[in-house]
Amino acid sequence: MLSVIGELLLTAGVLVLLFVAWQLWIGDLIISAQHNEKGAELSRAWAAAPIPDPPPAAGTAAAGTVVYDPPVPPHPADGEVFANMLIPRCGAAYNVHIAGGTSRARTLDRIGIGLYAQSRMPGEVGNLSLAGHRTTWGKPFNRIAELRLNDAIVVETPVGWYTYRFRTLEYVEPTAIDVLADVPRMPEQQTGERYITLTACSPMYSLAERIIAYGVFESFQPRAEGPPASLAAVDDATGPSDATGPSGGVSSAASFEGAL
Amino acid sequence: MYAALWHLLPGPWWVRLLILLVVLAAVLYVLFFHVFPWVSPLIAPGEVELE
Repeated sequence: MLSVIGELLLTAGVLVLLFVAWQLWIGDLIISAQHNEKGAELSRAWAAAPIPDPPPAAGTAAAGTVVYDPPVPPHPADGEVFANMLIPRCGAAYNVHIAGGTSRARTLDRIGIGLYAQSRMPGEVGNLSLAGHRTTWGKPFNRIAELRLNDAIVVETPVGWYTYRFRTLEYVEPTAIDVLADVPRMPEQQTGERYITLTACSPMYSLAERIIAYGVFESFQPRAEGPPASLAAVDDATGPSDATGPSGGVSSAASFEGAL
Repeated sequence: MYAALWHLLPGPWWVRLLILLVVLAAVLYVLFFHVFPWVSPLIAPGEVELE
């Protein structure tokens, strides 16, 4: 009898250890792979569907490429997948659903990245604000602190790709909802610019603070023109900030002075 | 308990080992894909978005 109790206790201990291993490691491997698989599946379905007409051209950039007024999709329902997130800094396979709402039960734990209720839509003037896990549940925003100046943050929808460029990080209290404002941190202001704000937990494995990544809208590429150049793989050693950024990477005092 | 279960299994030792491994794999699959994802929100609640 005693030995049975002992074996049951041992089994319970093993179960708890297995749960910890799942929560901190194995579960992320499984869930992030599932996220990327579902994302890639949806991207393939959009690619296979009849190509929607591109929006009217708004002008021509200096390099001769056509500039489009980005179309604005309708706000999704809670838990409704409407876009995929592609961040080359997070790896070539990174492709995570974005769905309406930021509840853990319906969106963040199950689907991936959540759209705040008050968020603007991709391409809309104002702030596209998104939430995601930085640890556990496939941790879609795990590498948010590794983003570098001008890293591409691309939102894919059936009509095309919205490229945003990473600008800066901020660490805030969980109550600092003004980071979600149309002009982040300046709720009274309107600039006519399009921003993206990614929010996740900080420090890792804690709910004490939030880490915020800001980006600005660069361009919209209609599906008819194929994936944008911003989706090109980035080199972890250098990154786009050293190669293609408008202001170049600030890597030393000398280049900083040169930029002034 | 486990010793008794081991003796309940049919066949020579290597068949029993095979059965054991298959059962173990099935148990781990159910735990990792169904039980733990269900348990986790109950153990670590708390919303992660800005409130």
